[in-house]
Amino acid sequence: MPLGVAAFTFGVSFGVLARGAGFDGLSATVMSATTWAGSAQFASASVLEAGGGAAAAIIAAVLLNARYGAMSLALAPSLRGSPVRRAATSLGLADETWALAAHGDGRFDPGRMVGAALVMWVGWVAGTALGSLGGDFLGDPKSLGLDAAFPALFLALLVPQLRSRPALAAAAGGSIVALVLLPVAPAGVPIIAAAAVALLGLKRPR
Amino acid sequence: MSDVWLAVLVIGMVTAAIKIAPAVWLGGRPLPDRLEGVVALLAPTLLAALVTVQTLGADGRAVLDARAAGLITAGAAVAVRAPILAVAGAAALTAALVRALA
Repeated sequence: MPLGVAAFTFGVSFGVLARGAGFDGLSATVMSATTWAGSAQFASASVLEAGGGAAAAIIAAVLLNARYGAMSLALAPSLRGSPVRRAATSLGLADETWALAAHGDGRFDPGRMVGAALVMWVGWVAGTALGSLGGDFLGDPKSLGLDAAFPALFLALLVPQLRSRPALAAAAGGSIVALVLLPVAPAGVPIIAAAAVALLGLKRPR
Repeated sequence: MSDVWLAVLVIGMVTAAIKIAPAVWLGGRPLPDRLEGVVALLAPTLLAALVTVQTLGADGRAVLDARAAGLITAGAAVAVRAPILAVAGAAALTAALVRALA
């Protein structure tokens, strides 16, 4: 399945970059296995690498994952069974699996979502393990240009999110806020402060 | 406990809670419209901020260096829908070349 392969290569990227940010093979792999959210994992790793500390990394990751709360709410009416089964199903939430499972009319196919999730999860965790263990053999990240890989990955994650005018405006605003705060705030703060721009979403009730 | 492990454990638990709680406990009731609007904008906002900080940030300043060159290549790779590893690889290669040639 292409989804599994994509998740695998993505996981390798995370594994390699997590090493550069201070993770070891175990912590990187555990994170991929338990958090299983690419954007949040990359974001927290980058905050930690910049010296931002656990609190800033956690806040950044939680803010990035907040959208899964909304997706979970949207999924809820399509779920059946005991609370345990519903909980297990919703753990399969990810941008791609949610999109795959959507029928388009507000209903979702939980079986499809979980199936895709399992494939992706295996690829993601395996890729992370490989990337974080192989990272040892790479040498100086800067001479290999690996520090440029982080922003590139975030760009690749950002572009599919720019589906609307408000999203574009929010992205522009977030960039500006972060840039302005860079010279004056401690590591990690510019990212979290930029989140305030998302309050743009309050302006127009639908 | 190191910062890294603390972050890994807390983020893991909180993420699971975010994914599970609404589906299991709040089942059915939608978020107020305005809140939903904010939540939907969080990802693009934060990702854009991360691109900015990761490209231009260095030791508490904003600097233009090889990473920016990498970002341009990455942009081209994303535009042609290259797989994500190729996007990252293209950026890294560009930055490495720029550094080697500078």
